[in-house]
Amino acid sequence: MTAQAELESGLEPIAERGALARGFVRYLPLLILAATWEFAARTGIVSQLALPTLSSVIEAWFELLVPSNPSPGLTMSAGGAIAWVGWLLSGDLVTNGLDSLWRLSLGLGMAIVVGTVIGVLMAWYRPLDALLNPIVQVFYPMPKSALIPVTVLWLGFGHWSKIVLIFIGCMLPVTLSAYNGARGTEQFLVWSARSMGASRRSTLFEVVLPSALPDLLNGIRTALALSFILMVSSELIVARSGLGYMIGWLGDGGVYDAMFAVTLSVAALGFAADRGYLMFVKRVLSWRE
Amino acid sequence: MARMTTTAGTLLALGEDSRYDRSVELARRIFMSCFPILLILILWDQVTCVRGSVCVGHPMTTPFLLPNPVIVAERIWSDTTSGDLVLNIGLTLYRAFLGFAVAAVAGVALGILIARNNWVHWFFDPIISVGFPMPKVAFLPIFMLWFGLYDTSKIALVIFDAMFPVVTATIAAVQGVDRYTLWSARMLGATDRRILWEILVPAAFPTIMTGMQIALPISLIVTIVCEMIMGGPGLGGSMIAASRFADSPGVFAGILEIAIAGFCVVKGMAMVRKRILIWHQEAEEPTTV
Repeated sequence: MTAQAELESGLEPIAERGALARGFVRYLPLLILAATWEFAARTGIVSQLALPTLSSVIEAWFELLVPSNPSPGLTMSAGGAIAWVGWLLSGDLVTNGLDSLWRLSLGLGMAIVVGTVIGVLMAWYRPLDALLNPIVQVFYPMPKSALIPVTVLWLGFGHWSKIVLIFIGCMLPVTLSAYNGARGTEQFLVWSARSMGASRRSTLFEVVLPSALPDLLNGIRTALALSFILMVSSELIVARSGLGYMIGWLGDGGVYDAMFAVTLSVAALGFAADRGYLMFVKRVLSWRE
Repeated sequence: MARMTTTAGTLLALGEDSRYDRSVELARRIFMSCFPILLILILWDQVTCVRGSVCVGHPMTTPFLLPNPVIVAERIWSDTTSGDLVLNIGLTLYRAFLGFAVAAVAGVALGILIARNNWVHWFFDPIISVGFPMPKVAFLPIFMLWFGLYDTSKIALVIFDAMFPVVTATIAAVQGVDRYTLWSARMLGATDRRILWEILVPAAFPTIMTGMQIALPISLIVTIVCEMIMGGPGLGGSMIAASRFADSPGVFAGILEIAIAGFCVVKGMAMVRKRILIWHQEAEEPTTV
């Protein structure tokens, strides 16, 4: 054990215990926060108008999850099962959530594909680099939320204004990271591949793309966070469905426990997406270690 | 362009009058980076040509979907002369910068505490790791409920959102400070306070600066989204008002104004970094949202 590792393990005495206890101790502060919230709201230290109790928020969450129309009765048949699935999918939270996630995944997916292609091509062909690089540099620092009114002007209040917004907003981080990754390819690797008779095409696919992958995956993580921000803010501003829209109208209607419930659901979705993506990246990049 | 490069080439070969040579090279670089932007402007003008201007083909869109750049420029000019632009930009930048400044100071302080104290680390680590990937814009209606519709709620959300990158960068930076330097200082009898100000802060500063460079565009984005949702003066508010009145020159003028403001702020921050960190070799710009 090196001196540094010894010091680090000394700093974290918690690390010695079992995994379950360790997880509990690690996430205990979140429980403390939740308990403080419930306590402060219930005893009236903070007005319940400003902060509904955590228990009422959880209750409101279940009310939003369960559809308001009557459930199909208990039948043991295939048709009955389909009816049940349809019923479960008809709750407010689920329909709006699916709308939001559909917009997000389509916009982000297009951004990843188009952004990667443009970024790698920019690194590969010098004229394209000269043409596109200044444009990327100028538009990259622009706050992408400025595009919300334009996409609304172009495409109206429905799905497509959000999808195009997420696509445009997320494309530049992906493009730039693919470009940087591809340009950072070690020149010796390219030369070696070429000297061993690899064609330009196979050099691109077998040398440049894999070595651009870590940078690219990092850029996609930025784009993933950005896509959630763009989705929520565009739905808060103009929409007819979606989680952001729900937060907006519940807040306007003064149904604060439900508003807190949807807000926390969005936050949890963003967190889960990021963690899931990190696990995916770890798998994809396992060859690096 | 070809002639310019050859001139530069001959001058280089001659090796005479290096100042003249450098200015030609600079002019070439400026031209090369402005050319694509000019190309976009010309394309934009040609696609949307208005009666009376020089155009080659037929207009391909309607003035509502894409107004002519000349009309948009006139709009920006009239905004400038009427004083609206100065007021809007001033308000937006005031909210963004104030929030950013508070987030930067508080974030660095909290980050150092987390990195140096086990208990603070235990309490904040799960909160930060859960909070960092969350889309914090979703909390805007809650902030509106707590802090009202005016500046306070906007600035509070900017602080909340911009603090996470600063805190995580500070933790990483302080933990990355060379332990032998710290040990040597302590062995030579330095007090905690001197270690903080003379070793930790300077050594951690480049990474902290990177976190701030991520936080600054975030604070601009959040300010603009807040203004769009709540309305009122400010770049985002005036843009969304223009969008509601189907005033497309106003919307596109808003986009350009926001893009220019964002570009200046981000480039300004990069210049500040270069100046402050002149002793530090790493001058690479971080990827921002």
